[in-house]
Amino acid sequence: MLWRLSVSNIRKSLRDYAVYFFTLIIGVSVFYLFNAIESQTTYLIVSEDTRDMIKLVNRMLSGVSVFVAVVLGLLIVYASRFLMKRRNREFALYLTLGMGKGEISAILLIETVMIGAGSLIVGMLIGIGLSQVTSAMVASLFDADMTSFKFTVSKGAIIKTVIYFGIMYLVVMVFNTFMISKCRLIDLMYSGKRSEKLRLKNPVVCVIVFAVSLFILIYAYWYVGWNTDNVGERGIILAIIAGCVCTFFIFWSVSGLMLKILMSVKGLYYRGLNTFTFRQLSSKVNTVVFSMTVICLMLFVTICTLCGAFTIRNSLNSNLEKCCPADYQIYTSLIQYNEENESEEYIITDIGKLLEECGYDTDDYFEKTVEVYTYEDKSYDIEAFFGEYLSELTDRYLYDSTESKEIIMTLGDYNRLRELYGFDKLTMADDEYIELCNVKDIRNERNIPLENGHEITVFGHKLRPHSGECIDTCVMLSNMPQEIGVTIIPDSAADESCISASRFTANFNTQDKQKISGYLEEIDWDRIYNKLREKNNTAFSDDGNYGVSLSLRSKYSLAQENIGVKAMVTFLGLYLGIVFLITSGAILALRSLSDSADSIGRYEMLRKLGTEEREINASLFRQTGLFFLLPLVLAVIHSVFGMKFAYYFLNILGTTDIVLSMTMTGAIILLIFGGYFVITYLCSRSMIKENKE
Amino acid sequence: MELLSIRNIEKYYGSKSSLTKAIDDLSFEVQSGEFTAIMGASGSGKTTLLNCISTIDRVTAGHILLEGEDITALKGRELGAFRRDKLGFIFQDFNLLDTLTAYENIALALTIQRVSAGEIEKRVKEVAEQLQITDVLEKYPYQMSGGQKQRVASARAIVTRPKLVLADEPTGALDSKSAGLLLERFDYLNRECGATIMMVTHDSYTASYSGRVLFIKDGRLFDELRRGDDSRKQFFDRIISVVALLGGEQ
Repeated sequence: MLWRLSVSNIRKSLRDYAVYFFTLIIGVSVFYLFNAIESQTTYLIVSEDTRDMIKLVNRMLSGVSVFVAVVLGLLIVYASRFLMKRRNREFALYLTLGMGKGEISAILLIETVMIGAGSLIVGMLIGIGLSQVTSAMVASLFDADMTSFKFTVSKGAIIKTVIYFGIMYLVVMVFNTFMISKCRLIDLMYSGKRSEKLRLKNPVVCVIVFAVSLFILIYAYWYVGWNTDNVGERGIILAIIAGCVCTFFIFWSVSGLMLKILMSVKGLYYRGLNTFTFRQLSSKVNTVVFSMTVICLMLFVTICTLCGAFTIRNSLNSNLEKCCPADYQIYTSLIQYNEENESEEYIITDIGKLLEECGYDTDDYFEKTVEVYTYEDKSYDIEAFFGEYLSELTDRYLYDSTESKEIIMTLGDYNRLRELYGFDKLTMADDEYIELCNVKDIRNERNIPLENGHEITVFGHKLRPHSGECIDTCVMLSNMPQEIGVTIIPDSAADESCISASRFTANFNTQDKQKISGYLEEIDWDRIYNKLREKNNTAFSDDGNYGVSLSLRSKYSLAQENIGVKAMVTFLGLYLGIVFLITSGAILALRSLSDSADSIGRYEMLRKLGTEEREINASLFRQTGLFFLLPLVLAVIHSVFGMKFAYYFLNILGTTDIVLSMTMTGAIILLIFGGYFVITYLCSRSMIKENKE
Repeated sequence: MELLSIRNIEKYYGSKSSLTKAIDDLSFEVQSGEFTAIMGASGSGKTTLLNCISTIDRVTAGHILLEGEDITALKGRELGAFRRDKLGFIFQDFNLLDTLTAYENIALALTIQRVSAGEIEKRVKEVAEQLQITDVLEKYPYQMSGGQKQRVASARAIVTRPKLVLADEPTGALDSKSAGLLLERFDYLNRECGATIMMVTHDSYTASYSGRVLFIKDGRLFDELRRGDDSRKQFFDRIISVVALLGGEQ
């Protein structure tokens, strides 16, 4: 008997709350999908570095999974509590018929087990199916070749999903049993009859609360968006807390005020079904202020995470092309202490020769090599570059100090490098200089003295800017804009005794990834390092006072670094984004649908009054649409300022394609959140449809 | 002037094997400005009749004409327009929207007709005075008594100045005092405002407020009484005797 009741209950609620079961299934499949990445990646043929990256990505995903499980768990508890409340009168009937609380608990237990098992099985099947499709995406993210299609089923992910969701459903069961044991028959019986009183809020209080919240929110926006330089860790936390609290109070006050404002516009309020629509919406919003807040904040996090992830991803792709114009670069800068004249002096290294000494014939590996020097003039520092325009230099985190020396290079050296990079040669007069910089914010600042024709003195030569702006390019190979400034001077102005560093740059004689990876292993960095140390043991002395600056950069390994970051942000963004979106969509859908179920009588009455079906549907569409739109609108406003803050830091990456990232984010939100809206609207519509016998 | 004409209507329920005749060849006319009560026991077909007139239900055979227009032939959007413009409804359980104030509930009938906001205010106030509910206009249904709710529902039904007001057991959920007050208002609307009211009831006291009572039994017209110059008490006694006859045959 209990079994039959459970089955028929599920069948009945399946129809009305299909969205909820749908969400459970998506939840399970997404959970499986992201946890199965680990086993998918084991089949990929990748380099050692990428393998480490994959490990890191998987560790991160499994960490995030715990958080995701908590979010989904809360959704399930929320939803089942909500659905249970709606069944109070049904339980009252059971109790009045003499059924014990234990038996009711048993009914719920059977239901939960069936729903749990059903959603797990269906979700897992969908997850396994989807993971076959996404494995190609995973492979391309890790830049691995899919040698052959392999049907993979991740046992680990299955077990993990079953355990995590098992725990969630167990919590729900315990919770349900607890709720049933606590409730009293009298409350259950009258729970449906107690007409929902409209808690009318004092409009004056609403206006005040709204104004105060708005003020604090605008201040917080300004604080993170325009005062970013001075925002400390504490400031950020305070701004976030203020944002959350204000979000709640804005919904609280808006739900109270919205109707009052609409009512004052009589022409709008008393037109067609508007009175009904606004009243319905207002009472709906009034009861869900807290959920609205949570949803709004989740959407805010989703937008920022997705947008940030896409920005990083897109920037990394374009940055590598832009910031790494050659294949291989070794940089050395050695300082040794000269005891005789008690001064520090630079040692000049011929890196090409060093390689030969290590036993490497550069012709074996490289098609073309260029070796250049950079110079340092003790009196030419950032302060000297800016001169009277130093005040324009805002206190940026990227400068260590205004006294750090500027990097100098001769035009001849730089042109040889440009040739290797595949750029045109530059020309300038003998009393001119050119400035290179590819970090956007710094470039803008450096442009100020250049625009004003600010003269600099390098090695005793007075030089004026060749052009009013920096050239947006780099000397150093990198996977993001990192060249904060190089001054190109005429060859005649250089002082050979001031060479501070050597840079060996080369292109490999092959494009083949496999071969390049082999070359990189062959040219043993340790051997080069030891050789250099052996030759310059004074500079490498252990007291650590003297500078040894060495680096090896290759396009290949820079790309590998990118792969890891790209995979990490893509997975993280999509994982959290999807879970947050389905959670908020499900809560709104659940609320909307239950509201429609409660309003069937009202629509019936509207029909009797002669309202056309078209108008009823339009009203329902507006109610549902505005209900979904309200948290989204505030979340978007939050995000504008949140992203402004984030971009301040992402700028280091040289973000250019904000529009693309926003479009991609918008598309995902439209797809998932919009999908929930459409499903909710269609289900509601069929629910309130005239029952024609 | 003849407003409503019911011509040989039939309404069957169920399948061929177990056919129920809810209405069986029923015909009558209602004049404009009449206050008609339809009486009958439960299952006599009186609510089915009302549903057919209000186009909520369809007749199996026969025709219903309102102002010469055959409403059994209406379809889709015409049905909505017909209910909206020609009919006013009063239900036993009031059927007010609990999220709206009394004023808004009444106004709703007008906003559906796209009446302007200024006109709405004038007409709602006017009808509220006629039904003596001016002081509850800003209240929500849960703040009102049953009698007040039913008068608000009645205001909603007549505010659009419909050709015909259909009331389905309007006093069914009211105590006798509230019922009396409501029926007095019906009488007032009928006499002073010329409203044509058709009311279904099984209560003789309620029916005695009308000017004409049609008795229905097993889907057929059983008897008809006209009040004429009788006092309400005399009319009530005549109704009681027919009801006794109706019950006596069972």
